[in-house]
Amino acid sequence: MQMNTSPLYRSRQRTNLIGLTLSMAAMTLGLIALFWILFVLFSNGLAALDISLFTQDTPAPGSDGGGLRNAIVGSLMIVGLAVLVSTPVGILAGIYLTEYGDSSKTAEFTRFVTDIMLSAPSIVLGLFVYAIAVATIGNFSGYAGSLALSLIAIPVVMRTTENMLRLVPGSLREAAFALGAPRWKVSTMVTLRAAKAGVITGLLLAIARISGETAPLLFTALNNQFFSTNMERPMANLPVVIFQFAMSPYENWINLAWGGALLITLAVLVLNILARVFFREKVRA
Amino acid sequence: MNATAMATAAPAQATPTKNALEVRNLDFYYGKFQGLKNVNLNIEERKVTAFIGPSGCGKSTLLRTLNRMYSLYPGQRAEGQINFYGQNILDPKQDLNLLRARIGMVFQKPTPFPMTIYDNIAFGVKLYENLSKSEMDDRVEWALTKAALWNEVKDKLGQNGMSLSGGQQQRLCIARSVAVKPSVLLLDEPTSALDPISTGKVEELVHELKKDYTIAIVTHNMQQAARCSDYTAYMYLGELIEFGSTEQIFFKPTKTETEDYITGRFG
Repeated sequence: MQMNTSPLYRSRQRTNLIGLTLSMAAMTLGLIALFWILFVLFSNGLAALDISLFTQDTPAPGSDGGGLRNAIVGSLMIVGLAVLVSTPVGILAGIYLTEYGDSSKTAEFTRFVTDIMLSAPSIVLGLFVYAIAVATIGNFSGYAGSLALSLIAIPVVMRTTENMLRLVPGSLREAAFALGAPRWKVSTMVTLRAAKAGVITGLLLAIARISGETAPLLFTALNNQFFSTNMERPMANLPVVIFQFAMSPYENWINLAWGGALLITLAVLVLNILARVFFREKVRA
Repeated sequence: MNATAMATAAPAQATPTKNALEVRNLDFYYGKFQGLKNVNLNIEERKVTAFIGPSGCGKSTLLRTLNRMYSLYPGQRAEGQINFYGQNILDPKQDLNLLRARIGMVFQKPTPFPMTIYDNIAFGVKLYENLSKSEMDDRVEWALTKAALWNEVKDKLGQNGMSLSGGQQQRLCIARSVAVKPSVLLLDEPTSALDPISTGKVEELVHELKKDYTIAIVTHNMQQAARCSDYTAYMYLGELIEFGSTEQIFFKPTKTETEDYITGRFG
């Protein structure tokens, strides 16, 4: 006990206290920001969350009430198609990188490009799709929106697939090769299956990522006041509706924007929880 | 040990011997490093040939040339000849998938595939044979019986192969290799990750399997080599030091290096 009063001990304790305080303060700051956002979102959005949100379409300027049915359906279709396109492309490309390309020049180059794509501003990707699929055809469309979202999702799926496949021990691959299995069968039936939980996790995170993207949709799917399932025409979608309605002077529009924001947040939350559940199962297995 | 060695040696003289694999002037390189130096030996049909030697001596490397497993890795190459029933498998035109279906391999660590026990067995069979459901059922039962695992798993064929114990997993892997009916089985330290009881079961299995298959086994355990092999090769630093009947290697080694290793003075 007497030893503990030594100057060295006291100075160490002081340093420890300072370090602990600083890191706790930083953590609190981060948590406060997060809970503040959630609090504002819930206090404004909960009021808008009722059945009419899902049964009525976005209202015309000046009219009362209204809902987000067209935007919800539009978002589901645009994101759904983007996922349908980017899942096979991303997973197959990930398989190429680990199982075929490995350290070849092509694979290295693909990885480099993927890294750039991962950090590319989404507005740039939106602008690109606008140039190739909107300006040339002459009208905004749901397809163009899906294309823009795919460009964001593919690198995410590709990279997670690659990382997850890399975690599969080489001995498992060798065991499959040792039975005389051709490489494509080893990759799809054994390696991919062993990494299934991780790949699904990556997929869910990619969906969460693109379901909130606004910038690429502004240039591509634009918006539609009416209910439409025609993907060749402009389509309503949650992020753009939120963007437009939140800045409008109409109170019911602003309310709907909060409702939509809460809806997206809840959807992303569910996806994240699902991803965690999947990943935990993988760890247990 | 002595008795079993004698018993298995006796009928060998009655029938003419035939080599499943003949290794001729084999050199092996990992990049610039030479892993095997001018190895020559014969692996006799329906016999167990054991490879012993200290870590890094090249015994696993030799095994991995026999089914061209090394070809998966760029930078690894073999020179010389390995004749598999007269055909040189080091030929660049060799169909590797077909070769590996005929020369099966079981690894040090059990590697069940992430699928059901049934599918673990069926996976390899489906690659080269088109069997009906009932034929496949029979094949799965046959392979699992051969690997002395049928009684333990017959009620849970739908369970994931990874749910089995380590020893059971390794027997599942042996069953998987046996199921495709190869002519040679390569066992790369198949019991080094297993407990003594599972080890005993795998060794009994080796005894059982050599009636139908040619077996090459790499082992760190000299008692194991003595217990279950007919021929033993002692390797050191990539060279084949001595090769002969297991009895001769263990009781009358001609080289002092072999004797030193076997008696535990070195290794």
